[in-house]
Amino acid sequence: MQNSESVQKQEIGEKNLKKNGSVKAKFTGVFSKYSMVIILLFLLVAFQFLTEGIFLRPLNITNLVLQNSHILVLAAGMLLVVLLGHVDLSVGSVMAFVGGISAILMVQMKISPFLAVPLCLLMGAFIGAWNGFWVAYVGIPAFIVTLAGLLMFRGLTQVVLGGTSIAPFPKIFQSLSSGYIPDFMGSGSLHMTSMLIGILLTAFLIWSQWQSRNRKKKNLFEVDSMNFFVFKSILIAVTIVGMTYVFASYEGYPIILVVLGVIVAAYAFLTNKTIVGRQIYATGGNRKAAELSGIKTKKITFWVFVNMGAMAALAGMILAARLNAATPQAGNSLELDAMAAVYFGGASTSGGIGTIMGAIVGGLVMGVLNNGMSIIGVGVDWQQAIKGLILLLAVVLDLYNKKKKMA
Amino acid sequence: MADYLLEMKNIIKDFSGVKALDNVDLKIKRGEIHGLCGENGAGKSTLMNVLSGLYPYGSYQGENYYNGDLCRFKNIRDSEELGIVIIHQELALIPFLSVKENIFLGNEQAKHGVIDWDLTEKKTNQLLKKVGLKIDPNILAAQIGVGQQQLVEIAKAFSKSVQLLILDEPTAALNEEESENLLFLIKEFKNQGITSIIISHKLNEVVQIADRITILRDGKTIETLENQGISEEKIIKGMVGRDLTNRYPDRKLNIGKVYFEVKDWTVHHPINAEKIVNDHIDFSIKKGEIVGIAGLMGAGRTEFAMSLFGKSYGSGISGKVIKNNEEISLKNVHEAIKHGLAYVSEDRKTMGLNLLMDVRENTTIASLAKISHMGVLDKEKEIVVSEQFRKKMRIKTNNVFQNVGSLSGGNQQKVVLSKWLLTQPDVLFLDEPTRGIDVGAKYEIYTIIEEMAAAGKCICIISSELPEILGMCDRIYTMCEGKMTGEVLRENATQEILMNLMTNKEGVV
Repeated sequence: MQNSESVQKQEIGEKNLKKNGSVKAKFTGVFSKYSMVIILLFLLVAFQFLTEGIFLRPLNITNLVLQNSHILVLAAGMLLVVLLGHVDLSVGSVMAFVGGISAILMVQMKISPFLAVPLCLLMGAFIGAWNGFWVAYVGIPAFIVTLAGLLMFRGLTQVVLGGTSIAPFPKIFQSLSSGYIPDFMGSGSLHMTSMLIGILLTAFLIWSQWQSRNRKKKNLFEVDSMNFFVFKSILIAVTIVGMTYVFASYEGYPIILVVLGVIVAAYAFLTNKTIVGRQIYATGGNRKAAELSGIKTKKITFWVFVNMGAMAALAGMILAARLNAATPQAGNSLELDAMAAVYFGGASTSGGIGTIMGAIVGGLVMGVLNNGMSIIGVGVDWQQAIKGLILLLAVVLDLYNKKKKMA
Repeated sequence: MADYLLEMKNIIKDFSGVKALDNVDLKIKRGEIHGLCGENGAGKSTLMNVLSGLYPYGSYQGENYYNGDLCRFKNIRDSEELGIVIIHQELALIPFLSVKENIFLGNEQAKHGVIDWDLTEKKTNQLLKKVGLKIDPNILAAQIGVGQQQLVEIAKAFSKSVQLLILDEPTAALNEEESENLLFLIKEFKNQGITSIIISHKLNEVVQIADRITILRDGKTIETLENQGISEEKIIKGMVGRDLTNRYPDRKLNIGKVYFEVKDWTVHHPINAEKIVNDHIDFSIKKGEIVGIAGLMGAGRTEFAMSLFGKSYGSGISGKVIKNNEEISLKNVHEAIKHGLAYVSEDRKTMGLNLLMDVRENTTIASLAKISHMGVLDKEKEIVVSEQFRKKMRIKTNNVFQNVGSLSGGNQQKVVLSKWLLTQPDVLFLDEPTRGIDVGAKYEIYTIIEEMAAAGKCICIISSELPEILGMCDRIYTMCEGKMTGEVLRENATQEILMNLMTNKEGVV
């Protein structure tokens, strides 16, 4: 989360570099761009009130992260697929299949997790390559290829698991989903290592913002006023140190949170700062124009599916580790959750538009809804209905804001 | 007092503070052909959208009188009911529906919701006859050419008992012959009592056909002229607000040796591999030379350029490409760019630009390696580089962060040219470089092309407008049905000579 925060701040910064309007224009601009973040914050406050203070307790926040980590990992991979204007329906089944394979490797064949995990990631990449080959080089619509994958890998999961669950996993593998980073300076109730990491991270982010500001100034670009910079820095510090304090007062940073942080940072870097990222957006926005600009769109499509496969494998293992079992029904319909998170985060169904920040916020909104409603005691049946409705309303609101801004 | 079919009075329309129309008046006489001229962004389309009800009453100020009655259209349906039909520049036929289904789309010949196909076909045949189109009403819209699609659109208008027909750039995508036919048809309609408004950048057509001409500039009505011996120059003066004495920039000739050569180039159709699209073509450009390729639609000009540009078109491609006395291989676009080729496509919106991206991103997309280290983009450098091009090309935006989708055709084309100049090419193919661009911006594009030639680059212009070819090119190739049928130096070329070569496939190179 920390890293995603920083991306968001950077984007606000860039936005202000572009628009030098009045404070009010700035405010409405920020609101329409970050309406999803605002919805997330609103939900957090609303549930905090409705659950009479249980919701934002350290234990619950930690649970929230643990319970949704696999969906966020899927959403990160799915973002690239959606940016190309494709979908991947097979990821739920791939999760179950790779989860099953990981159980066979670790539980039945007693292979060390340190070897089994990379093997499973590689397996996921191969499955992605299978999908990617048909989509990119043969030209079959991704919807059909991955629909076939959905059926195929669900079936293969039943085959390899023989219709039953395999458990339990080794302790060290379980800690992928339920472990916390060790406290090297541990004493007292607060997790000091986590606090230290949080503070260092804050310092690093503010320092890199400062560097970027100076670089821009040197190139004679407009930069934010000093006051705005200080305000932004304080906001970063309060958010990150605040969240860190919440985690530290329970067990410290969950290991999976660190994994997520690294993934989000890597994807933010890939989509914003690299040639490959730019080429993905270009391909999704106008494939023909991209091809005529010398971009190898088939190769890009292929590798995006390979990446999706690997991320689905990781998500499958995270889920298996948390449940401490590989089950035939694991990951059922999660492909829809991942896509919902991405679309919810402002991505376009026809490709070319979307951000990693958006996808993560979208995934969190869904997670918050699930968790919050469970605490208040809303039944699962109603939860689904309410979730569907809120998703639709949120996207409508987002669209309305964007239209208003354009007019 | 003349008999006016339509009077638009003091129309004001603004988009978030920017006045697109500023007190515009437009009076259309019953039964006339009225030309509407103005540069891109002058407000022609906005005015027509106000008229059609696309911008509903209340979103603009001023009043419309139609047949003497005050009209307050809430949507397009309202205006169509009164017989006002607009045929837009971008044709709105649905490709996988048949001609008859398209014509009666939204106006199905049905009883209790069940379509009477026999009646539909009968009526379609009558309408097609009226517009002089001899095609099967069951053929899919995708299977007929742009010129025929245009006529189907007009037939569709007639199915709604049209009184006022508005044509927005009707001949932009048509070749000379098709354009002639269409203009003739519009005159026919006039004899039948139908009033037309024609919006066009092709001033010769407007002068040829219109009874009166209204000129808009910067959202204001400049003047309405009776068309009696008006010169194109007079209209241009009204449109740009100054004299434009020379429509093509002076050439500073700097022609060197033959630099780029194509020998025995043969290309087959991508799906139907039997069909030959380019037939043993020989072609060359000297350093600093501007070469033109003239030809009718379907002559294989675009296919020639695209097949050269990294095999972006066709199958079974054979032939040799020699650059600077060395044979080069152009297996894909990436290689073509590496060897210094650039291709500016004829269709900016679908093949040239990513409309979701801004000026900066579109400028750098073909040269990302130039603004990055080890695959990581240097965004500051990107801004600096694209800003340089924005200034040099005089792209009219406040900064490089403006979305290209909102730019006018001329500015969009400048962005495409920036993109290709950034790749530092030696050989540029420009396919219809000024299609749909207004006169002032055309001159600027020509100046840029001229500068590139003066800098020693090899340039090839593919254009359907013969005056443009004659005005810009040092040497002109003609193509007909996949073959090169002629090669003429500028000083020997006239429209007639070129036309003959373009239609005669028996000629020898």
